[in-house]
Amino acid sequence: MDLNSLTVTGAATAIRERQVTASSLAENCYRKITAEDGEIHSFLTLSKERAMAAAASVDALAAKGDPLPPLAGVPIAIKDVMVTRGVRTTAGSRILENYIPPYDCTAVARLEAAGAVVLGKTNCDEFAMGSSTENSAYGPVRNPRDKTRVPGGSSGGSAAAVAAGFAPAALGSDTGGSIRQPASFCGVVGLMPTYGRVSRYGLIAFASSLDHIGPFTRSVEDAALVLGIIAGRDPLDSTSADVPVPNYAAEIGKPVRGMKIGVPKEYFPEGMDTEVRAAVETAIQLLATKAGCEVVPISLPHTAYAIPTYYIVATAEASSNLARYDGVRYGHRSRESGTLSEMYRRSRDEGFGPEVKRRIMLGTYALSAGYYDAYYLNAQRVRTLLTRDFEEAFKQVDAIITPTSPTPAFKLGEKVDDPLAMYLADIFTVTADLVGVPGISIPCGNSRAGLPIGMQIMARHFDEPTLFRLGHAYEHARAV
Amino acid sequence: MKVSEKDVLYVADLANLELTPEERARMVRDLNSILEYVDRLNELDTAGVPPMAQVSDRYGAPEKKGAARFEYAMRADALGECLDHKLALANAPESDGTFFKVPKVIER
Repeated sequence: MDLNSLTVTGAATAIRERQVTASSLAENCYRKITAEDGEIHSFLTLSKERAMAAAASVDALAAKGDPLPPLAGVPIAIKDVMVTRGVRTTAGSRILENYIPPYDCTAVARLEAAGAVVLGKTNCDEFAMGSSTENSAYGPVRNPRDKTRVPGGSSGGSAAAVAAGFAPAALGSDTGGSIRQPASFCGVVGLMPTYGRVSRYGLIAFASSLDHIGPFTRSVEDAALVLGIIAGRDPLDSTSADVPVPNYAAEIGKPVRGMKIGVPKEYFPEGMDTEVRAAVETAIQLLATKAGCEVVPISLPHTAYAIPTYYIVATAEASSNLARYDGVRYGHRSRESGTLSEMYRRSRDEGFGPEVKRRIMLGTYALSAGYYDAYYLNAQRVRTLLTRDFEEAFKQVDAIITPTSPTPAFKLGEKVDDPLAMYLADIFTVTADLVGVPGISIPCGNSRAGLPIGMQIMARHFDEPTLFRLGHAYEHARAV
Repeated sequence: MKVSEKDVLYVADLANLELTPEERARMVRDLNSILEYVDRLNELDTAGVPPMAQVSDRYGAPEKKGAARFEYAMRADALGECLDHKLALANAPESDGTFFKVPKVIER
């Protein structure tokens, strides 16, 4: 048994059947991380003490022959924007370099309650702002599939950790594509659930009307399993939806014959990367010919307006959320400040990196007197138009399939000096965040250079079951 | 150019940032380039389109109206578990054990 290529389902089964102990599985993960993560840099902090204690308690349960919880002993990595009690949480920022949270993020607590073993905290763009993980204050992550390239972002460390075999699963966050795009770049599965499906309590806020938590895994089945654990109403997050959580894992293997798949022409523009186009079109054809889905050409006419809408809404919300970093209660405080006002400014100047400052500035500008209507309010109106596009489309089809990203992973340094070029890396993912519908990225082949390509499936609000059915049907059709 | 260096200084002040002279120059360039791109939103006629602040406007109990749709988000006004005082102060850059300490607010 190759412990480093286990799926979540495989690891849970191996522990349940006593083929391996939770402790030896965790030890094995740490050995591999120690040997290989120096170069990849997917982890910022390892929580070995906490992990080994959790693994030992799983092993003690197993030794007594007691029934084990669903994720007993499954190692998992957590993006460093989710707070963990007693384990340093930085959000990839200098301003939180020494921050030790006094409480746990609900999603992490639910995983641990289900027996998962938290290995550590993964590297990410500062405050999840970026598409390459190059905005981390602690240095970039390298793509395990080609170490000269970025892993995508902002959850690049989580995607890379799963792709490199450090952990069978990881949690990430997605505000404009930060789970699906790195999943696509690293060749793993990445799920952004419906807005409100998973509690954000303990997620360090970036843009509250857009932030989502979701899993990275090596299979669609694993994504369904992990979502089933972390989903559901949480009284500590008033935006978590009071919608029943179905048995997602039971969707795996259900037929998809007759399901209608919409293919929006706006996501396959003239001049797009030919390898990405070919890989995604081939995947759609496979679902039609082998799984019996019906392919329907559709239009999402406002697609071209999604990125500008996103960069107004997200930065406006970020400028407000990041006002809390004032050097008073936690976080970095400048040593060189005589007055309170100087202390605020200098602490923020020293603590925030260039992209975070850029977004705070853009958002503050868009909300400032005289510009609020022209920018923020207008972007919110366009958000309604984008939502109507999807409502119209979902009258005709059950799911929408597109490329996850317009290109495979780009080179480190390629886009760092051009913020707009970096923003356009999210062109196919931001709309689902704005509309609130769920999306999943699934590997659908490689470029000639060996770089992974991902396809994105989107469905109606709270219709993750369709994503899992279709995603698994695709994996199955491809394997046979 | 939409944004001048003066605008950048004004907005930085609102955002409690100072920015170095180099950062300011770069910010003028970047904000103008991004806002120029954002201007394509003006191609759309959004008159009469309601603004959307939250996805959750679209869920909740659909048979109920207004705030009643989101009753599930309410809780009883009862005292719950509180963060331990010492723990709450543990991350403070400066505290006296009871309060957070900050530089003088009022200058004499």
